[in-house]
Formats: sequence, structure tokens, C-alpha cells
Amino acid sequence: MSAVQEAVTAAPAIEAVPKRAMTLGTGTSLLVLALLIAMPLFVKNFIIFQMTMLLVYGLAVLALNILTGGSGQFSLGQSAFYAVGAYTSAILMEHAGVNYALTLPVAGVICFAFGFLFGQPALRLSGVYLALATFALATAMPQLLKLGYFEHWTGGVQGLVVTKPDAPEVVQSVLSWFHLKMSQDMWLYYFTLAITIAIYIFSVNLLKSRSGRAFMAIRDNEIAASAMGVDVALYKTLAFGVSAGITGVAGGLGAIAVQFVAPDSFTIQLAIALFLGMVVGGVGWLPGSIVGSAFIIFVPNIAEGISKGLSGAVFGVILFLVIFLVPHGARQVALVAQHLIGQFKKR
Amino acid sequence: MTALLNIKALNAFYGQVQALHGLEFSLQQGSVTTLLGANGAGKTTTLRAICNMVRTTGAIEFDGAALSSRSTENIVRLGIAHVPQGRGTFTTMTVEENLQLGAITRGDRAAVLSDIERMYAHFPVLKQRHTQQAGTLSGGEQQMLAVARALMLRPRLMLLDEPSFGLAPLIVRDLFKILGKINREEKVTMLVVEQNAQLALELADQAYVIETGRIVMSGKANEIADNEAVRKSYLGY
Amino acid sequence: MELFVNQILAGIATGAIYACMALAVVMIYQAIDHLNFAQGEMAMFSTFVSWQLMQWGVPYWGAFLLTLILSFIGGILIERLLFKPLAKAPILTHVAGFIALYAIINSVAGLIWDFTIKQYPTPFGSAPFLGSQLISTHQAGMIGVTVLLLIALYVFFQYTRFGLAMRAAASVPESARLVGVNTSWMIALGWGMAAAIGSIAGMLIAPVVFLEPNMMGGVLIYGFAAAVLGGLTSPFGAVVGGFLVGIFENLAGTYIPGVGNELKLPIALALIITVLVVKPAGLFGRPIVKRV
Repeated sequence: MSAVQEAVTAAPAIEAVPKRAMTLGTGTSLLVLALLIAMPLFVKNFIIFQMTMLLVYGLAVLALNILTGGSGQFSLGQSAFYAVGAYTSAILMEHAGVNYALTLPVAGVICFAFGFLFGQPALRLSGVYLALATFALATAMPQLLKLGYFEHWTGGVQGLVVTKPDAPEVVQSVLSWFHLKMSQDMWLYYFTLAITIAIYIFSVNLLKSRSGRAFMAIRDNEIAASAMGVDVALYKTLAFGVSAGITGVAGGLGAIAVQFVAPDSFTIQLAIALFLGMVVGGVGWLPGSIVGSAFIIFVPNIAEGISKGLSGAVFGVILFLVIFLVPHGARQVALVAQHLIGQFKKR
Repeated sequence: MTALLNIKALNAFYGQVQALHGLEFSLQQGSVTTLLGANGAGKTTTLRAICNMVRTTGAIEFDGAALSSRSTENIVRLGIAHVPQGRGTFTTMTVEENLQLGAITRGDRAAVLSDIERMYAHFPVLKQRHTQQAGTLSGGEQQMLAVARALMLRPRLMLLDEPSFGLAPLIVRDLFKILGKINREEKVTMLVVEQNAQLALELADQAYVIETGRIVMSGKANEIADNEAVRKSYLGY
Repeated sequence: MELFVNQILAGIATGAIYACMALAVVMIYQAIDHLNFAQGEMAMFSTFVSWQLMQWGVPYWGAFLLTLILSFIGGILIERLLFKPLAKAPILTHVAGFIALYAIINSVAGLIWDFTIKQYPTPFGSAPFLGSQLISTHQAGMIGVTVLLLIALYVFFQYTRFGLAMRAAASVPESARLVGVNTSWMIALGWGMAAAIGSIAGMLIAPVVFLEPNMMGGVLIYGFAAAVLGGLTSPFGAVVGGFLVGIFENLAGTYIPGVGNELKLPIALALIITVLVVKPAGLFGRPIVKRV
């Protein structure tokens, strides 16, 4: 093995996504938004629940996109941050009676701190080593959650049941004027949607800002970035923190939607799924997060329908297909589509 | 005398950038040829092209065999030894292991062992250090090791990329003397790429001057050495 | 004091598992400069293959040998078909590939052999070793095989031409090509060897942890921890690291309150991170020099 690594001239670990390409055009964004807002009005509660989970995992994949596609750090450990966020919300709601909405910022902040702290030792790691450390983190988390020491709070192996919130009084009363009722699922969906949009806008702006440029400089060539005065340590840990924070919020939302948290819901399988979602959606392409998320939710459903335990194989095969044929994931597909539409328009 | 290596219309590319433009030259068997040029002229690229380490179009023929369709390893097995820029020493292995690696494609164990002894005869300092980690050798010693390693192949053609780089003048003189000796005694054809024009022209029979990927001058080494333009640009007087 | 010594011995016994796994991890790392997350699953799959052969009537050592050969070939095939095309891709793609392999193998094993736990035989018996309550004959056998494997690898790398070529290909690939080594095939062979070593690890571990598709999850992490501790560039370090991790796990379990089986993985995690941060080259590895 090469004991000498060409740090400056070696190819970056992750291919850069041009900044312009990091988001959707305005027209497409508005279309997607309209769809997201209108959908629940026409479908059953269970589908609404799935759409909520779509947004939740979308947030988690988005967070990973910021970390890996943005700052170039690998993480196979996002499930750990998701779990912490989920448990934070659950514990606050069930043991301290905190309002569900207020648990989210707390989950976010706690996970931000956790991520920031994890980012410290991670500073010394890169590439496969970092992947390994985060892999270990994800594998270790379920055991930590099962610890007898915390059982009083976490509910041990059984986990905690979380009460589903109703739509707030204000909304109920306004709707009742029109003889409409909002189900819990629908309210939760719109609540999650609002948060998702807010975080999405925040993330886009973050990546466009000076911090975002710092992230991307670090991703492309850490030593050069450092030589240009970027505080590499600060931005790397910051990236971990932000990513963990968003994942934590996603975890909290997930806990509320699923109404349940248990250690075995947050295994390495989840981390793998999120990683997969990022690759399928297109690394560093924020809008792709939703595509990745759809992938994570619907593929296992279909696969398990065919044969129990098949989803792992299907995931793996599709992942290989993606990295061989469409290495830039949904972004590549979108670009091709855009190109074709452009050609079509010219005629 | 037959041409051992024939290069026709050679273009070489690094990605989209073209580094060699329609290069043409040939090497006579048993000769020493030097390729002179400034930094970035395309000297290293030429050697890499011969070993198929960069993308090329055009024809490279070695003793009748076309090279551009073969992998680097297979080109080496035809009998072409390349001493790369920076020497490419296996720094974590011992001196002796480096020499063994030079002969790794050969099957004749006994001959390899005697060849190692021959290398120690050419380069006594290597024998002194033969169990040392190659990375701990000085620049000059590593250069000698690189040349010895190449010779272990019993090559018919040896490509040397800036063998004088970073070495003290006395050491370079010794090295070039040894190269001359090897060329005469072991009949190894050599292509020496150099920035140090003086010594290279003294060693060589044939010389080419390359500028921005094109050969701008060719001829016998002593004629090139006397050439006014070359003297001004490359010899400093 | 006697308790302490006993725990050390017991740690060495359990550590043999990690040592064997770590050897496979280091083997692949030497060849491709990457950590293959699917290593554990490949070992598990090989073990299942051997079990199946035995179900079909093949005697233990016959199945062992056959599995070894099949794993070697399997490793080469996986590399040639799935990872050679990715050779020039960024690291992220490689990691994605390993993860995909992990998912596929785990899932397919479950589909073929289902998730019920199966007994797996040991050729060494499970009597107490030399009368000791702490080491069984199987564990002694494990230690013996691991040490033998290590010696075999050492001889291979240090004293054979092939081993020299592989070392060269891993160390300075371009120079290796320039002496005529087919570096691409060296990588394939590295994969083959790692798969074979992994299969040995799996077949030794299965009698202890019982055979089921998820058996290698924790072991792999411990194998990584051991490899990292010993130094990813040193097979010797991997084995020593394995024993040390086993000892550490046992001592922690005995002397630190609240730490039992439940904290195995978090301990491994802490170990990995600590070593990678404090001494990335591990105990016996070569320090990695970053040339700016």
C-alpha cells in the first residue's frame, strides 16, 4: 500500500457539483411545491403518512448531501444522529410533556452539538477511515440505546411509544367554518412540509454563502483551501454539526410520525439506506434528496412484497446499476431530461 | 544498422491538452540518443508515450512490434526498461528487493542472481547498502539503484528520464560514465532525456531537440553541440 | 492476580476471532488501499457454502478446502466484474460499491439459507484445552490456525517472487508496471486472497457465534478495530491487534462496572476512533506520509 499519498495532486474523493447545478430552476421548484401542497387533499391517510416519511427521509438525505456533497466528508453514521433526534423528541414528549413542535429545535440543537463533537476526532480522518469510523458509530448506536443504564428514559429494548399530536386549535376552528376537518396525518404532513421547505431554503442559502464556498473548497482540495486561509477545522466540524442537526430534526419528525422509537429501528441498515438515497438522488444535488428518499421508502416496500429479506439485494443491485450507469444519480437524469426538452423546444 | 525504435506521427494527449505534435524519430540499435528540451517541452511525455502511459495517436514500433496496442507491463516485457523521472524507487523495500523487482519478469533464477552481482560490480555503493531500505539512500544512490533496476531486465532499450536531476555534478559525471560503459559493453540502446545538455551530448551519438511538443532539430550529437542556437539556448555560451 | 491472568488468556482466546478477521481486512487494504465493508459478509457467505457442502455429505476438511478455493475464485470474480470498472472512480463510488456488496450478500444469504441459527461443527472439539477452563480446544485451534496463517502470509510476501510483485504493486503501482508487473491482476489476486482468508475466519468463528446471516456484523467492526490498532499495513499488527482487542474487551468487561456484552460495539467504536486520531498508523503500521 502506498505509504506516501499525493495529497495535493490526488483526485478529490468526491466529484464537485457545479454550484449552479445545486438546485432546481425556479419554475420546476414551484411546480414541485404545488404538487407537494396539493397531494394530501386527494389521497388516503396512509398515503399521507408515507408522504410525511418521504419528507422526513428527504431531510435526512439532504443533511447527508450537505456533509458529503458539500464538504466532502463521508458518513455512514447518519442513523446515529437520526436516532438521537428521534429519542430526544420522544423522551421530551413522553417524559416531560413538552409540546411536539418545541422538541424539534431541541433535537436539532442537541444533534448539532453531537455532530460538532463527533466532527472533532473526525478531523483527523478522511476517506475510507472516516467512512469506517462513522460505520462503527452507526453499528454501535443501537447497543448504546439499549443500555440498562438509560432504560428508565429510553424504554430499553422495547422503546417508547409517542403520542400523535392533533392539529392545533386555531387550525381546527378555522377549518370548521368551511365544514372541513384536518386529520392528524394531514396536519403532521403540512407541519413537516413547512419545516422541510424552511430547512431546504436554509441549506440552499448555506451552500451559496461564504460557508458553503468554504465547504466546497475543502471538499475539492483540503490543503489548497487551508493554504488560502479557510479555517478547515472549523468548517469541517461545522458541516458535521449542521448535517447532524438537520438529521436530528428529521429524526424527531420521524418519531412523531411513526409514533414509536426503538433501538432496532436505527441500525446500520438505516445509515446504508440514507447513503444509498444520497447516491441515487445525486451527490450534492439538494433536490435529488427527495428522489433518494422516494427510493428508500418505496423500493423496500416493493421488494419485501416479492420476498422477505429481498430489499437488501435489490438495494445493492440498484446501487451498482446507478454507480455504473448513472453515477451522478437523479441529477444526471434531470440534466439529460433538461437537455432533451431543450432540443425539443428548438424544433 | 537497423532502427530498433521507430516513431511516426506521434501525438500525445493529457485529457484535452495535446502535448506532442506529430513527433517523428528513430533509434538505431546500439546507439545512445539524447532528447533535449526545456521544461514542459514534452520530453517526459515522449518516454511515457513509448510505454503507453499516456493517450496517443500515431505509430510506435519496437523491433517490428507495434507498441500502442499493448499495456505498459507488456511493453516492458518486450525488453524496454524505463527509468522514470524521480526514479520511482520502491522506497519501502530493500535495495536488493528493488533489484529483484527489476528482474521479476524473468524466469532464469541463476542468471538473475549473477546479474545482481554484476550490478553490485557496476555500483559498489549498492552492495554496501543492499539490505537497507531504498528510501534511506541518497539521491545519487537512488539514481544508481534505478539504473541498476532497469538493467536487471536485460533490456534491449533503456529509457532514462532526466537521470541527472537533483544530483551533484561529480555524481552525474560518474553516472554518465557508467551509462557509456553499459552501452558499449552490454550493447544496450539508450534514449536519454535531459535538461543537462552538455553531459548528454558528450554521451550520445544522436541528438534531438524538442520544443513545445515538436522536434525542432536533429543530427549527430557533436554537430548539435556545435550548433550556435543550441549552444545559446541549452549550453549557455 | 490470578483473575487478571485468566482474563488475559480468555482475551487471547476470543481475540483469535478478531485476529483472523483483521488479517483479511489488512490483506485487502494492502491490495487496494481501501477498507472493504463487505468483507464480513463475504466471510459469512463462504461459511454458509461450507456448511451446505457438509449438508451434502462432504467431510469437514474437504468442505473446508473446497470453500477456500471457491472463495478465492469468488473474490477474484467480484473484483474483476464489479470493482475493476470502478478503478478510476472517486472514493465515494468505491465506498458505495462496498456497501452495495454488503447489502446484496447479506440479503442473498438470508434468502438462500434463511435467518434461523444453525450449528456449525469444529474440527478441534470443544473440550477444555489442557484442562484449562478458559480456553477450549476449539479456541486453541483458532489461535493455532491464525498464527499459521500469519506465518504463511509472511513467507509468501517476504520470500516469494509473487509476494514481492504484490508488495510492489501495492506500494508504487507505476514503478511496478515499469518492471513488468500486471498491477491490475495483482489487485484481483489480493481480493482473492482476502476472500480466502475471510472464509477461514468465518469457518473458525461460526462454531462460537453460530451460523446465521448476521453473524459477522459485530465481528467485522472488531476486526476493523484490531486492524486499525495493529496498523493497516501490517499483517503481524493485525494479529497482535486482534489479540489485544480481545484482551481489552475481556478486561473492560471484568473490571469496569456496567460494561458487559451490551457495550461491545461502542467499545470497538471508541477504540477505532481513538487509535485513528492518536496514532493513525497503529502499533506496527508504516506511518503515512502525506506529500504536499
